[in-house]
Amino acid sequence: MADSEHSYRFSIGGMSCAGCVAAVENAIRAVPGVREATVNLGERTASVSGEVAPEAVVAAVGQAGYEAAELRGIADEAGKEAAEMAHYRRLLWKFGVAAAVGFPLMGIDWLGLMPPLAGWGQAFWIVTGLVTAGVMWFSGRQFFVGAWKAFRNHNANMDTLIALGTGSAWAYSWLISLWPTLVPALARHVYFEAALIIIALINLGAALEMRARGKTSEAIKRLIGLQPRTARIIRNGKEMDVPIEEVGLDETVRVRPGEKIPVDGVIIDGHSNIDESMLTGEPLPVARGKGDEVIGGTLNKSGSFLMQAKRIGADTALARIIELVRSAQSSKPAIGRLADRISAVFVPSVLIIATLTLLAWFNFGPEPRVSYMLAATMTVLLIACPCALGLATPISIMVGVGKAAEFGALIRNGEALQRARSLTTVVLDKTGTVTEGRPRVVELLPAEGHDEAGLLRLAASIEAASEHPLAEAVVAAARERDIAPETVEGFEAVSGKGVRARLAGAEVLFGNRRLMAESDIAVDDWEGRAKALADAGQTPMYLAVDGALAGVVSVADPIKADSAEAIARMHALGLKVVMLTGDNAATAEAVARQVGVDEVFAEVLPEQKEEKVGALQARGEVVGMVGDGINDAPALARADVGFAIGTGTDVAIESADITLMRGSLHGVVEAIAISRATVRNIKQNLFGAFIYNGIGIPLAAGVFYPLGILLNPMIAGAAMAMSSVTVVTNANRLRFYKPKREVRA
Amino acid sequence: MSLLVNLAGLVVIGLIVWWFWLSSPRARTVATGAPIDILVDDGVYTPGVIEAKAGEPIELRFLRKDASPCAEQVIFEGLDISAELPVDRQKTVTVTPPAPGEYAFTCQMKMYRGKLVVR
Repeated sequence: MADSEHSYRFSIGGMSCAGCVAAVENAIRAVPGVREATVNLGERTASVSGEVAPEAVVAAVGQAGYEAAELRGIADEAGKEAAEMAHYRRLLWKFGVAAAVGFPLMGIDWLGLMPPLAGWGQAFWIVTGLVTAGVMWFSGRQFFVGAWKAFRNHNANMDTLIALGTGSAWAYSWLISLWPTLVPALARHVYFEAALIIIALINLGAALEMRARGKTSEAIKRLIGLQPRTARIIRNGKEMDVPIEEVGLDETVRVRPGEKIPVDGVIIDGHSNIDESMLTGEPLPVARGKGDEVIGGTLNKSGSFLMQAKRIGADTALARIIELVRSAQSSKPAIGRLADRISAVFVPSVLIIATLTLLAWFNFGPEPRVSYMLAATMTVLLIACPCALGLATPISIMVGVGKAAEFGALIRNGEALQRARSLTTVVLDKTGTVTEGRPRVVELLPAEGHDEAGLLRLAASIEAASEHPLAEAVVAAARERDIAPETVEGFEAVSGKGVRARLAGAEVLFGNRRLMAESDIAVDDWEGRAKALADAGQTPMYLAVDGALAGVVSVADPIKADSAEAIARMHALGLKVVMLTGDNAATAEAVARQVGVDEVFAEVLPEQKEEKVGALQARGEVVGMVGDGINDAPALARADVGFAIGTGTDVAIESADITLMRGSLHGVVEAIAISRATVRNIKQNLFGAFIYNGIGIPLAAGVFYPLGILLNPMIAGAAMAMSSVTVVTNANRLRFYKPKREVRA
Repeated sequence: MSLLVNLAGLVVIGLIVWWFWLSSPRARTVATGAPIDILVDDGVYTPGVIEAKAGEPIELRFLRKDASPCAEQVIFEGLDISAELPVDRQKTVTVTPPAPGEYAFTCQMKMYRGKLVVR
């Protein structure tokens, strides 16, 4: 099938010679459906055409021992925008042509200048019928084709309603024009102009909706806008600018001052300060040098450097974020399910209502019955709008998820967005969430017979093998003082308590009071001092050698500057704030006091965090858990909404309900506030759509006729066209939503 | 005459109920392991009904011809799968239906409607 044949471009990594080219080409050509494959060694790209999925090509190249990635990106978006623009213009043309014929006809009718349905007047109407046929073919063909195809598939959609409404008006007008005596004199009214105006207005509505919809995806466009369009690569010793889609894996890229980094990679020469605020929210540029990772889309502020491309195309952090936001934008929360169920049966139900309307007017209507029957039935068909109902949820989700992304909160799906609104309690992990997560040694208290340097040497030696953040602080403190750690044997980490190892034949223990108690090491004399340190928000750690205490190393993890303010904002949203930490109770209490949390669970082992979340849920709380996504993973999964604090490069993006790209707790507040605003917006849309159809359909059917109210079909057509526009416009209001930053006193 | 019109109306209602709700399209495409091409145009997915086996992945290759935003997304209800469909370019969506049953796939506005019948 020619339609399914496509051309793709891939970057190919790992090629170094003509032999590689042949190997890659053969691998690609062996994929079923590939018609043509050309590999360019200089560009390290492959062009493939045929009836084939790009994933199959990537897999085949991988099996041949090379790396392939589909080259996509800005070109896709540009193509999409061009297609949308062309469709928008087409809709305007369709509106224009139908309006240009329909409105003058309506004007003539209103002025009472319509010729009679006899003699030369009949010829006028027949010519008018022919002209309107052409106009309807140009402006409204899609409705009739769509309705017919849907009908054959046992489906009924919006096209069905429009085609039936305008088609019956048009057919009736032809009937009257050709055989006027078939209907009573009073019912001899042609509706050619009504059919055209309805089609014109529906096309205009679709164009306006498209325009408004364009704005709903602004957040995505802004994210895409972060990607530079070209990269300066070094190929065969020459520097050249190429479109970003053509950067290959492992290629060398030069980044000059003031330029955006084109793809993710590693600096191989030079250094610079890089503004990573688009990912981290951190306004100060960070120094990056040889061996450091850099992220595509971030801004190189000062120096020039060479980097090697490690992730390109759809694999870059920014592309993955864009994909995540897109995927979340198209998901649907439970709140939309009722509307979905109604949408599924909506159009056939309206067809039944329209038939009942026709029968009601036929049996009970005043004269001219035929006219009333036709007008009311047509109006019912035209005013009923399944689109407003269908659009109500997804369009708000689209804007809400995009809005959250603007504030650095990546919401995984519509369900998470809806649940975030109902949270009653937020549980915060302490280290890395409330605090910086970069602890440093602040006190060294050696016991008798030991000195500070010796104590630090022992601590650093045993901690050198550990990956705990506190261990890093101890090792860093030793390095600062030029103390070299010694080699230990039999290193063992005791979960949630500390570490043990043998050093020069002696058994060394380093950890909290529970570890010491477990090993029967007396720390009673030190409890007062340790408590004082803990009360100041520090974490005292005991060090014992061969069963005797050698001293205390106290580590402090600074509280993030904005934690207290963010927690106050959580309170302002009516949330209870709980802190969960493996740290000792006194330290945890001290930190809790400083930031204002309501309840503290301290000395909690990693595996117990999930239980604590469960216990809160058992108390009836709807729990949001905020953690760094590593040891908090089970608790994040157990919580009603898991917030992973990290950066766009973290694996946490893949696992949490909501990922906060910026390491600030304000992101939690903003995600919850946006979630509440979005759900409110969805409710408004659903209410509008239900009310619109709930009132519009009976009104169109003539329920209020005894009060002298009967709707004109043209107004019904306009109302139908505008209902979708109203829903999209209401959703667009969310774009201007800003979570309140100030906290009530 | 009056009786005739009323009877015709009731027959029409019966036909609507039967055609749109009680009967389903005869044309079904059965997944055989090869990718299935689905055209997205004129308000319908062609083919619109696909038979598949539970637990077996099927590759659905969507080709969207309709430029209106309604057709932009395809959403598989109950399977947590959605995809953005570019205009005039094939997009492959791999679906592994977990259990026997019927799974609808629709556009955002539910105007395009298709069905996976899983056995």
